[in-house]
Amino acid sequence: MADSTTSRVSFTLDSSLETVNKIEQTAELCAVRAGFDEDAVSNISMAIREAAVNAVLHGNAYDVNKSVKASFETTTESLTIRIADQGPGLDPETIPDPLAPENILRGSGRGIFLIRAFMDEVHFRQLHPGTELTLIKHRPPAQSGT
Amino acid sequence: MSMKVSTRQVDGITILDMSGRITLGEGSVTLRDAVRDVLAKGTKHILLNLGDITYIDSSGIGELVSAFTTVKNSGGELKLLNLTKKVHDLLQITKLYTVFDVKDDEASAIASFTK
Repeated sequence: MADSTTSRVSFTLDSSLETVNKIEQTAELCAVRAGFDEDAVSNISMAIREAAVNAVLHGNAYDVNKSVKASFETTTESLTIRIADQGPGLDPETIPDPLAPENILRGSGRGIFLIRAFMDEVHFRQLHPGTELTLIKHRPPAQSGT
Repeated sequence: MSMKVSTRQVDGITILDMSGRITLGEGSVTLRDAVRDVLAKGTKHILLNLGDITYIDSSGIGELVSAFTTVKNSGGELKLLNLTKKVHDLLQITKLYTVFDVKDDEASAIASFTK
């Protein structure tokens, strides 16, 4: 079976806001190179930023002894981004619905919702310790093969 | 680019002209401090001009919500002015668009405050 991977880059980064910005900027660059339109690029970079914030802030809690791993893979079919932390683990089933009336005025809790809104597929994997998020955006047919 | 905010007064309303990004660790704290400063000075009518906000993340959205509830709990009003398409769309999908009083004209926004 042929390998359809066209490009792949990965980083291991510290638990800082600089990491969030680097992951966001890399996602934006990958999305542009993959041929997504301006709106899609904006949505992808926002979703990836939210995932990076989750890893650095909620996962690793800015712990200097914990790292964040991020990989960016572009194939003819999709852009796949994986972000893993070393935190206590995130169970997506326990996240309150930010659209519920009792949560609508909460000052936080919208990150995972935005990730799901902007990406085609979102998968959670428990690493013991840590959580890996896999975020996938499918490339439209006209953009595939480049 | 981090967020910048400048403050002006029009007819008893404090307008915060904001530009840049409202994100975790950047604009969120700046926005929080700016609203606190306005409330500390006794002004309770606040208009956030978001026309030059280029980007906002979930932390920024949360900060807008917190500012809204803080001002409301202080007996004041906080309204939003000049949303970009991106911010408008984010408030729509998070169902916050109808929570906020959103205006697209400064003069009518100022006139809409309860005085």
